[in-house]
Amino acid sequence: MTEILEYTIKDFKSENEVRWCPGCGDHAVLNAVQKAMASMGIKQEDFVVISGIGCSSRFPYYMSTYGFHTIHGRAAAVASGVKCANPKLCVWEITGDGDALAIGGNHFIHVVRRNIDINLILFNNKIYGLTKGQYSPTSDRGAVTKTSPQGTIENPFIPGQLVLGAGGSFFARAVDNNIKHSQEVFELAAKHEGTSVVEVLQNCVIFNDGIHAEISDPKMREERQIFLKHGEPMIFGTLKDKGLVFDKGLLKVVTIGENGITLDDILVHDVTEPNGYVHQQLIGMKLPDYPVAMGVIRAVKAPVYDQMMEKQIAEVKSKAKIKSIDELLRSGNTWVVD
Amino acid sequence: MIETKVIELEEVVIRFSGDSGDGMQLTGALFSDTSALFGNDISTFPDYPSEIRAPQGTVAGISGFQVQFGTSKITTPGDYAHVLVAMNPAAIKANSGCMRPGGTIFYDSDSFTQKNFDKAKLKTEDPFSECNLEDYFKVAVPITTLTKEALKDLDIDNKSILRSKNMFALGLICWVFSKPLDYIEGFIKRKFAKSAAIVETNLRVLHAGWNYGLTLEHLTPRYVVHPAEIEKGIYRNINGNLATAWGLLAAAHKANLELFIGSYPITPATDILQALADRKDLGVKSFQAEDEIAGICTAIGASFAGKLAVTSTSGPGFALKSEALGLSVIAELPLVVVNVQRGGPSTGLPTKTEQSDLLQTLYGRNGECPLVVIAASTPSDCFHYAFISAKIALERMVPVVLLTDGFLGNGSEPWKIPLFSELPSITPRMAKDPESFKPYARDEKTLAREWAIPGMAGFQHLIGGLEKDVSGNVSHDPANHEKMVKIREEKVNRVVEMIPDIEVYGDQQGDLLVIGWGGTFGYVESAVREMRINGAKIGLAHFNYIQPLPGNTAEIFGRFKKLVVCELNLGQFASYLRDKVPGFVYHQYNKVQGLPFTSKELVDNFEKLLEE
Repeated sequence: MTEILEYTIKDFKSENEVRWCPGCGDHAVLNAVQKAMASMGIKQEDFVVISGIGCSSRFPYYMSTYGFHTIHGRAAAVASGVKCANPKLCVWEITGDGDALAIGGNHFIHVVRRNIDINLILFNNKIYGLTKGQYSPTSDRGAVTKTSPQGTIENPFIPGQLVLGAGGSFFARAVDNNIKHSQEVFELAAKHEGTSVVEVLQNCVIFNDGIHAEISDPKMREERQIFLKHGEPMIFGTLKDKGLVFDKGLLKVVTIGENGITLDDILVHDVTEPNGYVHQQLIGMKLPDYPVAMGVIRAVKAPVYDQMMEKQIAEVKSKAKIKSIDELLRSGNTWVVD
Repeated sequence: MIETKVIELEEVVIRFSGDSGDGMQLTGALFSDTSALFGNDISTFPDYPSEIRAPQGTVAGISGFQVQFGTSKITTPGDYAHVLVAMNPAAIKANSGCMRPGGTIFYDSDSFTQKNFDKAKLKTEDPFSECNLEDYFKVAVPITTLTKEALKDLDIDNKSILRSKNMFALGLICWVFSKPLDYIEGFIKRKFAKSAAIVETNLRVLHAGWNYGLTLEHLTPRYVVHPAEIEKGIYRNINGNLATAWGLLAAAHKANLELFIGSYPITPATDILQALADRKDLGVKSFQAEDEIAGICTAIGASFAGKLAVTSTSGPGFALKSEALGLSVIAELPLVVVNVQRGGPSTGLPTKTEQSDLLQTLYGRNGECPLVVIAASTPSDCFHYAFISAKIALERMVPVVLLTDGFLGNGSEPWKIPLFSELPSITPRMAKDPESFKPYARDEKTLAREWAIPGMAGFQHLIGGLEKDVSGNVSHDPANHEKMVKIREEKVNRVVEMIPDIEVYGDQQGDLLVIGWGGTFGYVESAVREMRINGAKIGLAHFNYIQPLPGNTAEIFGRFKKLVVCELNLGQFASYLRDKVPGFVYHQYNKVQGLPFTSKELVDNFEKLLEE
């Protein structure tokens, strides 16, 4: 008989005082993650939260699960080791735009490529917060920061495109101030088998305040964000009257009821399509021409590294001639000295 | 009829040398195995270029394999070769300094062409006089022609014919040393089981080489090296990298843990990862990471999750792992890092041996960052020291660096196979009581913390790279930081209780104590042995435990009039000893050529020191 696990959000809060700046987006994400974990039916001791370095990477201190606050950029590698060592664990990686995409860029693309079953929350505030305000690899071209007083002269990474480029199986997006939606997305991410990357558009109240305000403004949420759901038409707007169609190979915003467009003309979201063509365009949608895509954009079934690792071992073991250290040491050419 | 001259020797050194595509490594390995199976003690040293196929016929492209085998204990592959097998003029030139006076050179006379002389940058058509090898016994063998001749009725291409030349040389050398061919025949049949044609080709050429020896009888001396007096038991040949891999695996089984290796390929350490990747039958999880950093970081993750976690590398890779090593020190997780040292700095000499990573290993991290450092000293004792490294890591919750080197990693020797049941026990420090558990609470005696792994109910906790207090909370308290720094150091110091006193080989007191560490053991030991036979009052203290040092180190040093520290660097262990064991004058003998010592140069230097 399976044990019924009834947790509340309190079961996932640690005794440590949360020390993010007042108004920081991280508080809301913490809440959403704790709510998601409480609802998942997984034993508290089976959760592991691994982080790198940066403001968001303080996250494990505020969780009552197992946690490991590692070193800058390397959380993906440490998390890979944890998950491969014990695939029964529910492993979460907490990272930021600098941690995951600059110093840890290599580990990020490789964990996604391998499709190790971890849930990776990428807090994207487009700035280095903990070092007090330098541009990050997601800062917009021209961003004026302490290390780019004349504006940056480099293009930003689009995290979702990196995931697609690395052959990723799952990508979702959420906004820090929408806790209910974030929680839903985190639960879906955790259920997906493989590397689940969730980009959270997060506000740094001190060094980059309002960087996502145009998108995240609750009053304009329905107009500027499109909440994608698998199997449902891609519609948005306060009146649910706008949608996405394909036109000459590109996504296009249309209004239902105008120019003969009906609900049937609107594209239906398919997270399971392995060809990333539509997902790529959804990821790339920007204001003002498009709404910004939220929710699960891609969730395709693909072989999972940590499961394959166990499978290979089981297969080899079932046919193995060598079953002990003594047999190993005596395998091959040996001779006896009498 | 003229009798073949038969020379009985206690020990013989043979060097096989040819283009890196000539198959000299295989030839040398097969001959070594044959000798070991015959009952000789052996020691081998592969010496090859870092390019996979360096330009053919050039000195830079020469790949060599040296083996010493003998009637008594063999501890080194030998300084100078009695016999050189040279597949081309470049091989003669490259090895001109490695020959023992009066030695024999077998060479492929078909390779003596103007083109090959030019490639070898020889000025004349007589490499022997040009390389001062006139006084050697030279046997010209038209190996290429005879190989072609042996295969003339087979329908195979010229490339395959030339590729089997090494078997001709091997057959001939087996004849010269009175070695039976059956082991080699068995190997060929197994290795090429899928192609009857390749088996036929190799066997024919091998026999052609042997039979050619018969026709040479009265011209060439034949050598006999009687079997060695060896301790009873079951033996196998093993190289240092395989011994390291198996030692780690044996430790995991002893501790009832799965072994996890996270590594990135790097010469000369790659064999360890490869050997363990092939051991899924014994439950190994091997993870070929995207870089050296991910190699160690995945291992740290696996350690956090309760595995015996290891990562293997060589100097440049070890440098990349430095920050993560610091994490394992402050997180106090068990971890074994194997550094198969090579010539440095930077990319340096990837395929050559050196001991120049010692100070990097001891000190090359930010902060006060002590860890346990152990060094293996022979190819086969890599097994023991890998096992012990894991035992210390698991029982003391501390990272351990095992230093080997290219010479140990690739070199091989016979090894008396131990019984698993006779290996020491390993008791990981698993946490037991969730009520009293604190991540950084310690055993009073050893200062080791407990290991609580994700999935264990009631032990949920957090560790990390920030300084912590006893309960795992971040602490910026100045006094706490200093306390933790000192505890981490003292924890490493107390490992001294687990390690044996150092034993002195040879005289227990006297005029000169030779101090060595790690992979130079064979050469240093044979130099000391030779000098004792000649009456010197000399001893050898060879260190395997570097940090901490054995408890009796200073006492041992005090028994000798002079101390000399020998190492393949500019004096790193000597500097360390000056700091840790002060009050002595440490003379030095150093060599940084990417090559092992020779016993002869050591003896010369020690004699000079004794005269001073």
